[in-house]
Formats: sequence, structure tokens, C-alpha cells
Amino acid sequence: MTAFPERAGEIWVYLSANPLFWLTAVLATYLVADRIAETCHRHPLANPVLISTAILATLLLSTHTSYQTFFDGAQFVHFLLGPATVALAVPLYRNLGRVRETLVPMSCALLIGSLTAIVSVVLIGGLLGLPVAILASLAPKSVTTPIAMSLAKANGGIPALTAAFVMLTGIFGAVIVTPLMNALRIHDFAARGFAAGLSAHGLGTARAFQVDPLAGAFAGIALGLNGAVTAIVTPLILPPLLHLLGA
Amino acid sequence: MIAAITGLLFCQLLGEVLVRVLMLPLPGPVAGLAFLFAFLSLRGRDQGDGRPAPVPLELAKVCDTLLRSLSLLFIPAAVGVVQYIGLLRSYAGPIAIAIVISTTLALIVTAGTFRLVSRLHAFRRKTPPENIEAALDEARHP
Repeated sequence: MTAFPERAGEIWVYLSANPLFWLTAVLATYLVADRIAETCHRHPLANPVLISTAILATLLLSTHTSYQTFFDGAQFVHFLLGPATVALAVPLYRNLGRVRETLVPMSCALLIGSLTAIVSVVLIGGLLGLPVAILASLAPKSVTTPIAMSLAKANGGIPALTAAFVMLTGIFGAVIVTPLMNALRIHDFAARGFAAGLSAHGLGTARAFQVDPLAGAFAGIALGLNGAVTAIVTPLILPPLLHLLGA
Repeated sequence: MIAAITGLLFCQLLGEVLVRVLMLPLPGPVAGLAFLFAFLSLRGRDQGDGRPAPVPLELAKVCDTLLRSLSLLFIPAAVGVVQYIGLLRSYAGPIAIAIVISTTLALIVTAGTFRLVSRLHAFRRKTPPENIEAALDEARHP
């Protein structure tokens, strides 16, 4: 009979390569993170995605597990993002009256907000001396991952790096939106939700749903619309911006 | 419940096909959102009282459950950051500053524009009837 530590090692080798283990780990970590967020009275800093990501990333790095192995299990959760995006039609439909009333402010906020998100990140990054490939990867950071990645690819960026930037933007936006809007005394949930969805895509939308259903509906609209606007605008304004920076 | 899930997946599937056929710069699920929205709007047209029909109960349950746990669904993708930890570390300062300032600016500008324009818009829409009211008042009490 093999000694226990040796057997434990074997079991770990089996488990850590098994989709079941990482799928369970994602769900369990989320439950723990959500409980922590609840204990902190949903304080914006106690964001469940932020906490879960930190725990799981630490676990992967300390056990030398590849992201691919992790994703073999986590993909079952990841897959539900598609149907969940489709499900955004329900709050949109329920709040249609409110949406119709705000068509004009929404269009203005969409155009100006979208340009701000793209131009500011490229200019600041450029002034701080980031290389062109990283700037092009940063430009679509405020939109949902699939759009952002294809935009990075088309404009000289690195799609995989863009995916990381999109996540960092989403987590930061979700954490900051509530305190920022309170500080600015903007209490209109339509405006708050719209800003969250535009600036921080799905993660901002998830945060908006935690706060208020109307905010969630507007965040969902902003996420979809800004994806389209950014896709059209980025190829037009990125080259002159980079030229301006002398890159 | 199975019917509702099938409906959601079917909408997504239609969306994926549509963006490929028309080569739209949109992810398939966003186009799928439009399909589900069109379906809800078409079936909920006339309730007699002019109000939209409620979302079918099962579909509402499935969608609300998914959206309540939307945060969970982003975790697998967010953990992907570990793949670029080296690159992120070597440019950590500038990247962090650019993302933090730009995201904060985008939030402020978007919400600010939204509020400003809705106030102007509401003001313009309210003005004429109030003017009429005032004019009528003046006519009644010269």
C-alpha cells in the first residue's frame, strides 16, 4: 500500500486535470465571494467577481495549473454568457416605456461616452509611453470581450491582451460606479445604469442589476449599443490618434 | 423550463447565423437579444388596455435567474488575466493609470451627458403646454 502523502499527490494530479474539479471550484468560490460581499453589505470594493478572480488566479498560479486546464471545467459556466446576453431582452422589454422616453439623451450619451472611452485610454497610455501594440489593444477596452478582441485584431493590437484589459476595465468600472455616481449626486438609475454598461460592458451590467432592475436594463442597452459604435468608430479614429502621439 | 431554455438558445443561434450572413460587427448573442426582444414585442402587442403583455412566466423565471447570477458567468473569462501576468507586470503602472482614468472619465461623461440632455429635453417638452396654461390664465384674468 502506498503512503498517504503519495496517494494524496496522485489524487490531486487526477483532480486538478479534471473538469469536474475546476467547475466545482468556480461555483464554490463564487458562493464564498458572494457571501463575503453580503457580509460587507454589498460594499462596492467587495465585488464578487473581483474576489473570485483573485482567489482562483492565486490558486492557479500557486498550483502551476494552466489556464487551459482550468477553462476545460470553467467553460460550462462561461457558455451561459451567451444565453444570459439574450436574456437581457427581458428587462429591456419590461422597461420599454422608460427607454422610449429617454431615446434622445441615450443617443447623445452613447456617442460622447463611447468616444471618451476610446480616445482617453489611447491618449493617456500613449503619453505614458506604452508601445503601439498595447495602445491598440487598450482602445476597445470598454466593450464586451468578443467585439473588443476582433477590434484589437483588426487594428494592430493583441486580442488575448485585450481580453485581459476588458476584464480589468469591467472589474474597476463595477467597483467604482456606485461611489462615483453618489459623489456626483446622479441618482437617476437610467443614467447610472447606462454609464455602467457603456464604460464597463457586462461586468458593469452585472453590477447594475445588483443595484436596481431599471439600471440593469439601461446597462444592457448601453452594452449592446456601445459595442456597435466602438466597432464602427475605432478603425476611424485610432490611426489619427496614434499619428498624433508620434507612434 | 426546458422550453424557455430552448427558446433562449434558439434566439442565440439565430443571432449567430444572422451576424455571419450579414457580416455584422456584433457578437451573435447581442443579435439574439434583438430576436428575443422582437418576439416579446410581437406577441405582446395588444392587451386591450394598451399595456404590453407580461413576459411568459417560465421565460421570465429563467432569464431573471441568469441575470441575477450574471457576475458568476464572467469569472472564467476574468481568470484569463493570469495568462498575461508577466506582460501586465512589466507595464503595470501605465496600464493601470490609463484604465483607471479612462474608465472613470467615461462613466462621468456618459452619466453627465445623459442627465444634461434629459433635463434639456424634458424642459423643451414641458415648456409649450405651460406657456399655453400661462397664456390662458392671463386671458381669463386680464
